[in-house]
Amino acid sequence: MRQGKIIRVAGPLVVAAECLGAKMYDMVRVGHLGLIGEIIELNNDQAYIQVYEDTTGVGPGEPVVLTEKPLSVELGPGILGSIYDGIQRPLDVIRAQHGEFVSRGIEVPALDRERRWPFEPIKKAGDRVLAGDIIGYVQETPLIQHRIMVPENGDGEIIEIKEGEFKVSEVVCRIKKESGEIKELNLFQVWPVRKQRPVKERLMPFEPLITGQRILDTLFPLAKGGTACVPGPFGSGKTVVQHQLAKWSDAQIIVYVACGERGNEVADLLLSFPELKDPNTGRPLLERTVIIANTSNMPVAAREASIYTGMTIAEYFRDMGYSVALMADSSSRWAEALREIGGRMEEMPGDEGYPAYLASRLAEFYERAGKVICPGSEERIGALSVIGAVSPPGGDLSDPVVQATLKVVKVFWALDDRLANMRHFPAINWLQSYSLYRDSLKKYFADKVAEDFVELSQEAMKLLELEAELQEIARLIGLESLSFKERLILETARSIREDFLHQNAFHPQDTYTSMRKQYLMLRTILHFHHRANEALEAGKEFSDIVSLEVRDRISKMKYLPEEEEALLQVEKEVDASFKAL
Amino acid sequence: MHKEYLTVSNIVGPLVIVEKIADVKYNELVEIEDSRGHLRRGTVLEVSTDQAVVQVFEGTVGLDIDKSRVRFLGRSQQLPVSEEIIGRVFDGSGRPRDNGPQIIARKRLDINGSPINPDARDYPSEFIQTGISSIDGMNPLVRGQKLPIFSGSGLPHPRIAAQIARQAKVLGKEEKFAVVFAAMGITFEEANFFIEDFRNTGALERAVLFLNLANEPAIERIATPRLALTCAEYLAFELDMHVLVILVDMTFYAEALREISAARKEIPGRRGYPGYLYTDLATMYERAGRIKGKKGSITMIPILTMPEDDKTHPIPDLTGYITEGQVILSRELHRKGIYPPIDVLPSLSRLKDKGIGAGKTREDHADVLNQLFACYARGKEARELALILGEAALSDLDRLYLKFADLFETEFVRQGEFEARTIEETIELGWKLMRQLPKKELKRIRPEYLEKYYSPAGAAGGEKVNEA
Repeated sequence: MRQGKIIRVAGPLVVAAECLGAKMYDMVRVGHLGLIGEIIELNNDQAYIQVYEDTTGVGPGEPVVLTEKPLSVELGPGILGSIYDGIQRPLDVIRAQHGEFVSRGIEVPALDRERRWPFEPIKKAGDRVLAGDIIGYVQETPLIQHRIMVPENGDGEIIEIKEGEFKVSEVVCRIKKESGEIKELNLFQVWPVRKQRPVKERLMPFEPLITGQRILDTLFPLAKGGTACVPGPFGSGKTVVQHQLAKWSDAQIIVYVACGERGNEVADLLLSFPELKDPNTGRPLLERTVIIANTSNMPVAAREASIYTGMTIAEYFRDMGYSVALMADSSSRWAEALREIGGRMEEMPGDEGYPAYLASRLAEFYERAGKVICPGSEERIGALSVIGAVSPPGGDLSDPVVQATLKVVKVFWALDDRLANMRHFPAINWLQSYSLYRDSLKKYFADKVAEDFVELSQEAMKLLELEAELQEIARLIGLESLSFKERLILETARSIREDFLHQNAFHPQDTYTSMRKQYLMLRTILHFHHRANEALEAGKEFSDIVSLEVRDRISKMKYLPEEEEALLQVEKEVDASFKAL
Repeated sequence: MHKEYLTVSNIVGPLVIVEKIADVKYNELVEIEDSRGHLRRGTVLEVSTDQAVVQVFEGTVGLDIDKSRVRFLGRSQQLPVSEEIIGRVFDGSGRPRDNGPQIIARKRLDINGSPINPDARDYPSEFIQTGISSIDGMNPLVRGQKLPIFSGSGLPHPRIAAQIARQAKVLGKEEKFAVVFAAMGITFEEANFFIEDFRNTGALERAVLFLNLANEPAIERIATPRLALTCAEYLAFELDMHVLVILVDMTFYAEALREISAARKEIPGRRGYPGYLYTDLATMYERAGRIKGKKGSITMIPILTMPEDDKTHPIPDLTGYITEGQVILSRELHRKGIYPPIDVLPSLSRLKDKGIGAGKTREDHADVLNQLFACYARGKEARELALILGEAALSDLDRLYLKFADLFETEFVRQGEFEARTIEETIELGWKLMRQLPKKELKRIRPEYLEKYYSPAGAAGGEKVNEA
């Protein structure tokens, strides 16, 4: 293979000469250790390389081997349940081979080459196929069927297809292309991470991603195929929100990218996912999850690549027709990696030292989400939802990463320090957050949850907004100045906040709430409000109304099991107590 | 013998630029001999075919262009370790400063370490009882956690750190433990406070100290915490010890980093700190933890002083994003004469959930903790309201909350410097305060616990508080 020579080393940036002919974003092996790197700038025969491993001990004069291939991932059976670093090296295999600490220059294939997978073809010899068509299945985990697809440029006629147990690298199918060329398919494909996988057509999202988190589903829903961001200062619960989504959202595949975050958080995922059961199927969640872990102490350049690695894997499963959700925690760390490399390249900085192309890179990333018709002749529909956490310095939302993100995402879950300090979790501020999918999801909610669901959620929002105004008045001139009706609004809004929006992620019952239960809870709270209003009009005492025992029952509804009868019972009790008043 | 270069071309701040070099590696250790024969050490920050940028730990005062001799040692900075290291005191570069002998190395470890494979990490879940209610009860520390103390100048963070080091224990277990202490840029008096405290409690025999004091070279501080952590890793993962690492003061460390960055004319990030401050801090903080199959652990308490008590300053801000929570000290509580002045509301322990509960502390711990938070927050709101409108304007319930907040500060948070409360005592104290409030206000507590703990010893306990 062709070689260049190192002429400069500055942290993760290495410059090599004699690299004429190398292409942008080609992968290279750096130095005697063979560290993995990627070309990010070319200047005559000099290549600027970002190295994905620590460059200690590398010096000028050492060789750089040009692989002449872009940084790519392997896509095939064996991905699910894996934990990879930022450039798809399996961390569990690395640990087994090299011990507890990550050393350098390790080369391990992303997919296990020895393991045999049962392949069941659904096409036969003589069938004509297009790129993207499914030729057969591998039952990768009890939960997920891995659909083997014809790769790009694979249109043609099947001349041979096998059935049985195969290693990922064995040929299972041969296709004769128009040109007469024979294409051999094995169980995996290779795809460059920085290139978006093609789609046939993009669709508008119309179905919500149900998360079981009441404030998200009821007030600020995310659509399948949509994008959301969760910005917040440290300690406001970004990671818990991301973990909750990874655990409970009704996507079929979860890709979790821990990008520049804490090692112990990854350990938490690894520890809890094999034990947590998918609420819909009862299987361990790990069977539908891929974890990309490039923690904050791992090399900074690999952090930059990690979100693309995750995105490409997510797109691959979307192409199979699955609904996929990708969580990136946190995009700020990715942006900082970009800044660090940009700084070492002596680029002209933009806002806060971030490179000028920050916004376009972010937009490009989020735009890879969407609800699509997948390539192939089958009109499969797949969805890829992206949820990015943002960690702005000091929680300041004017941070360039937050601002650039808000321009592209449709859902904004604003985390609030003040709520977190009061231990109101999830600490999502209901006045600042928004979802632009509320209208497009209206029909789905009316059909699948309840006719009046959207109205109830709007009423709840209105009460919360009124509460903020009334509190302002109360703060200035005292609670006594408010009418009883206004004070009732304060009471109900408090009930919405404490009994409905507040949700304990660590309580076995409270951690997940079905849409039906969310609806019944909110309906009961608002039913109490309506009845209380009527009672006030009928001249009942305010203090009697607010001290009704049944309010205590409402506040404990979140701990009730998911049983229709028990939930409806509370509403009946509300009626009964007003009758007795 | 290493090649000697007499080709220094440029000296800027802590940096020396050496020309016409050959075969120099990035991050390599460097020895510089000045014209009087004194040795200084440094590392290579950047290297190209004919020139190397070297940062000099001891500073560049007295170095000259024509007579300085530079040797590249062909390895990165290492710390010699063996069992003998326990009980010793070193300077910021790892040389003995206690008049003891050099350590006879069983191993030489690279001070930069390697990242722990996330797959090899064991989730920290063993509760450490510090005996301080506002930590144990509200923001519990677990083994393998990194929990910084965000302090301000003049606040008693050294006393709190020493109290934790003195009292910390895991319930029901007697295991090998050690304290590794790294001082960066603190004064002699502060450092001496710790040493005396360790000596008085006998902890000094179980401690390893790395001291870089305020009058010692600032650039050396870059290495000090890494030396300490390398030592801690050796003790924890090779000698199976439970290690508590205390790093004071991270603010001075970050300032030293900024000094180098400025001398290199790098594009600064926020407030002049380099853009890679996050990554740099993370490579240290993330060395805390537990590893599957290893007995030992590293628990880390970095201490930093927030400039102007500002939590959004880059140093506390980036630290908070890496560490698993933070303990924040409050000047307001300190002024009220409350020790320890731990501001409970913005403080946080992220790893508490798996470290508390039945079998670890007490079944109701999590609920009590959440409820105390919520009540104290509401009480503080009531206090603010009372400031504006007068206490008379408060509703009866708000007045109860106000009283709760006062009692919480004076009874729960306040305690003696040598008072070690058991977790049982702490939780009971929490209940005692909560009995001030009507039962139905305690919404965060599961009905069964409310049933079990609210009333029994309740009546008597409640009255006692009332009298106080």
